[in-house]
Amino acid sequence: MGSNLRTYIARRLLLVIPTLIGVTLLIFAVTQLFDPVQRASLYIRDPKNLRAIDEVIRKYGLDQPFYIQYFSWLSQLLEGNLGWSQSLHMRVIDALVTRAPATIELAMYAAPLTIILGIRLGKLSAVKKDTWVDHFTRAFAIIGWSLPAFWLGIVLLAFFYGGLGIFSPGRLSPWAEALIRSGEFKVYTGLYTIDSILNLNAAVFLDALSHLVLPVTTLTIIDVALIMRIMRSSMLEQLGKTYIIAARARGLDEKTVVDKHATKNALIPVITISGLLTAGMLSGMVITETIFEFKGVGYFAAHAATQLDIPAVLGFALLTGIIFVIANLIVDLLYAYVDPRIRLG
Amino acid sequence: MRLIDSESPRIKELKFIWKRLRSSPLSLAGLAIIIFFTLIAIFAPVLAPPRGGRDPYMMPRFGFSPTPRPPSPEAIFGTTEGQYDLYYGIIWGTRTAYRIGLLVVLASALVGIVIGSIAGYYKGVIDEVLMRITDIFLAFPSLILAMAFVVAFGRSLDSVTLALIIVSWPSYARLIRGEVLKVTAEDFVEAAKAVGCSDFRVIVKHVLPNTIFPLLVMASLDIGSIVLTAAALSFLGLGAPTGYSDWGQIISLSRNWITGAPGNPFAYWHTYIIPGVFLFLFVMGWNLLGDALRDALDPMMRRR
Repeated sequence: MGSNLRTYIARRLLLVIPTLIGVTLLIFAVTQLFDPVQRASLYIRDPKNLRAIDEVIRKYGLDQPFYIQYFSWLSQLLEGNLGWSQSLHMRVIDALVTRAPATIELAMYAAPLTIILGIRLGKLSAVKKDTWVDHFTRAFAIIGWSLPAFWLGIVLLAFFYGGLGIFSPGRLSPWAEALIRSGEFKVYTGLYTIDSILNLNAAVFLDALSHLVLPVTTLTIIDVALIMRIMRSSMLEQLGKTYIIAARARGLDEKTVVDKHATKNALIPVITISGLLTAGMLSGMVITETIFEFKGVGYFAAHAATQLDIPAVLGFALLTGIIFVIANLIVDLLYAYVDPRIRLG
Repeated sequence: MRLIDSESPRIKELKFIWKRLRSSPLSLAGLAIIIFFTLIAIFAPVLAPPRGGRDPYMMPRFGFSPTPRPPSPEAIFGTTEGQYDLYYGIIWGTRTAYRIGLLVVLASALVGIVIGSIAGYYKGVIDEVLMRITDIFLAFPSLILAMAFVVAFGRSLDSVTLALIIVSWPSYARLIRGEVLKVTAEDFVEAAKAVGCSDFRVIVKHVLPNTIFPLLVMASLDIGSIVLTAAALSFLGLGAPTGYSDWGQIISLSRNWITGAPGNPFAYWHTYIIPGVFLFLFVMGWNLLGDALRDALDPMMRRR
């Protein structure tokens, strides 16, 4: 590891701190759109306790100048206190934690599928430039990119669930849900496809998997265009470079030239776009989970939003902001590691 | 033969772009779709005359029964939940889409131009501070940040518009800043400063006109995605009220009917297929145009 890379990593890691402070500041700024009484009510669990509102205002310092409030808000945050969710009747942090496995499970299937499919299609499109394969994949990309996720979900649900009677909404069928709650089924991770394997229960595994088909398909169709377009243009760029001509001139067969030489270099820009993919997936989760009643973090946030459950929505927004910042950090570090111009520079 | 081309470079550029656009069938398709929707939006009062004395954006109802009715001569696209006339809602929904798309793009481009040119022109500390603020807004997925603002402002279409402006301006600011940095390094800017032009005049007269084309590409691609996000927020129940001519809201009315009637699973297909196709085509039209514009303006791809 060169010293250049080390300074780059150190600088990039340091940059995360101000960004995270900024993220909390912005969310805090949204809370400041409300007056102290409104903000105090966000901490109150029981409407009967509304009389204690002055006490809450004093306790949380809600009538103090904003910078003092920011620090007390931040210290609450660091203790995990994101407020009380009226729509779920539990602490926002608990709601996020209990619903995280569903979203993680969805992402665990959708993200790799999107990336692999995007890379393959983009590569295919570039290698077969200006043939019908290229036109077809490009048309597919632009359609996927323009499709409203919520509408795609509705159409898939109408066709498969309404029409064919398969792939029902939810995470599990009622019988499997009952089994999981019965205590005979041990929940290790909350990711049902993994837990069912650990319980050696094939029926639950297949049930959980069949409930994942439509949401994963929706997320993949919407987001695959992003990867595909980058892969196609980056592959085209590589294929036009002199080292490719040199490789061909040395008599290497086309497969080696494409797979061993061009693809490897073409993948570098795909890494940078993965940050954007994370954002696309996070937004996609809100829509997809709502349509398919897949009760993860996104479903919770969308329902909280319709009930104007402010702490829940802000807690969720803060969480996605932090995830996005970390994803971008990982992308940059990976990029520095992969790109020899930075690694050795 | 003229030795000096008297035509303004920007007119030449426009002609060149038009030549490129004309040669690509996809971009012509995009243009045709956009013209189609623009005509619908302009002639909405003729295509679907509102009944006097009520908000023209509220869809008329054929009774109050919840069950949607299929297309008929009376309501050519049928009715959706609550007997709202789908045809009327889709026609006027085009205006809603345009209003949000154009308003958000214009307002956020304007904010972006001001912030971006200040940052790019003055550089240094001002640039650093403005760009770090911009970064914070870009540190959230835009749909989710918009959702947080809508909840804070209260549920309405105006809240959605305002929230989308708040989350959209940073991309414009970043783009303009980059362009301004590039342009201010050119000699003609130095020359303008040397003859004593004020900063304001240099920015407005000499720097900004050179950033217009990348801005156009971004705006055109943005209209599609902003209309999509706005529709998603309305679909979630955060935007337009029930019965308002808004494609996202209209699609959300179909949610209870996607499993169809007993023995006929696709009995209510019109309630989701028709508004969805219109929304999809609108977004695709703008995406096709933006894509073509980007290719036409990409210096790597042009042959001159």
